[in-house]
Amino acid sequence: MKYTKEHEWLRVEGDLVVVGITEHAATQLGDVVFVELPETETQVAEGDEVCVIESVKAASDILAPIDGEVVAVNAKLVDNPGLVNEDPTGGAWFFKLKVDDLSVLDQFMDEDEYNDLIG
Amino acid sequence: MADLKEADLLHLGLEALHEELGGKMVPFAGYLMPVQYPDGVLKEHLHTRSAAGLFDVSHMGQVILRPRGTMDDLKLAFEALMPVDVLGLAEGRQRYGLFTNDGGGILDDLMFTNRGDHLYVVVNAACKAADIAHMTAGMPGVSVEPVTDRALLALQGPGAEAALEAVVPGVAAMKFMDHRVIGDVWVSRSGYTGEDGFEVSVPEAEAEAFARKLLAQPGVAPIGLGARDSLRLEAGLCLYGHDIDTTTSPVEANLTWAIQKARKAGGAREGGFPGAARILKEFAEGPERLRVGLRPEGRAPMREGVELFAEDGTPVGRVTSGGFGPSVNAPIAMGYVARAHATIGTTLLGEVRGKRLPVTVTELPFHPTSYKR
Repeated sequence: MKYTKEHEWLRVEGDLVVVGITEHAATQLGDVVFVELPETETQVAEGDEVCVIESVKAASDILAPIDGEVVAVNAKLVDNPGLVNEDPTGGAWFFKLKVDDLSVLDQFMDEDEYNDLIG
Repeated sequence: MADLKEADLLHLGLEALHEELGGKMVPFAGYLMPVQYPDGVLKEHLHTRSAAGLFDVSHMGQVILRPRGTMDDLKLAFEALMPVDVLGLAEGRQRYGLFTNDGGGILDDLMFTNRGDHLYVVVNAACKAADIAHMTAGMPGVSVEPVTDRALLALQGPGAEAALEAVVPGVAAMKFMDHRVIGDVWVSRSGYTGEDGFEVSVPEAEAEAFARKLLAQPGVAPIGLGARDSLRLEAGLCLYGHDIDTTTSPVEANLTWAIQKARKAGGAREGGFPGAARILKEFAEGPERLRVGLRPEGRAPMREGVELFAEDGTPVGRVTSGGFGPSVNAPIAMGYVARAHATIGTTLLGEVRGKRLPVTVTELPFHPTSYKR
């Protein structure tokens, strides 16, 4: 698993990259009450706002960590946004990206580095 | 607000207790306050509606108004600042009030109590310095005495009566908006959640022991500011500085219930408060805009600042408070809408992240109140 400064986790699944938010991020957001997912088959560029998460406190965006094509989204989050708090690193993945070259993930933090960041 | 220095913040007497309970402390109205405890806003909200929630609202301003002449002189002086019937308030009873300005806008909203030979007033934290100055300047024959040595705790929810009765015997007999002085605690049967409950003023030195006794009662949990906000929003109650301010009149704010007959046209003491010309005119002719409840049709919350449009695209208003209502289990909001579009059931569009989404004008409150009348 790799981690971004924006508190997303990235997991390789075959030739896809699965994206979610870390437990730290979920705790900071508070109870999530609304999730808006991207359309599948959309091309996204690094830094694009891909998802909207609304918690009881505020709205935040999930940015695309890398360029790629959204090939799957986790529709369960729309009906059950609370899953983001219950199982942020498992069942509450947000979307899957198809990328040209998985080596783009090398730039991101590993678990130890991420834990240092959130220290 | 972002760069408020820690050193500039005021501290609650119960700060150590909040930290011990795992409260997440944030700056609010100049104070370091618990926004939530480890349970989080959603669970704290639902807990208050099903059991009992303890809130520390010691940041609010408590003030005693003492007459230099008769009590009636004091009541009439206070009436000169508010479009509210003070004279008719019986001893041991509390009432909601509003300071208005000459333009008919609202300077603050407050609760006041007739305690026989004086009035006890509770005002908003962010307004208290201005309110004290306003009362002092506006009521020369009155001694305005800020109470600075007492904490204020709210215990709200269906379990509040039993829990407080166990600690302060006698409160169970009180009705909504009753006030009693019991020993050295001042108890009002009121609150800001839509639930039955109490607000209790306790000497600072005893506040922590008192709070711990309440927390030891079955079903009582500490509740932060986050849930306080979602509870009051579901109850349709205004937050000063958001839903009401110096530009909104009480009639626009749909607070006409707070203005008793005696102060309205044809009443015994008609007018005679700041902004009477505008306020009485709005009573007679209707206001240009009205505070209404708003129910977004989808799941996306519409928060403060969301612009509202008629279905033909005409701008008609703005959201002043909004978020997710845990008991309603849906997004809810309040806002001001041009009167022609403020009829219950009207569909408007709220602009969220560039998309105009349907929202319905709805009755307030969103969640039924359960006051003990």
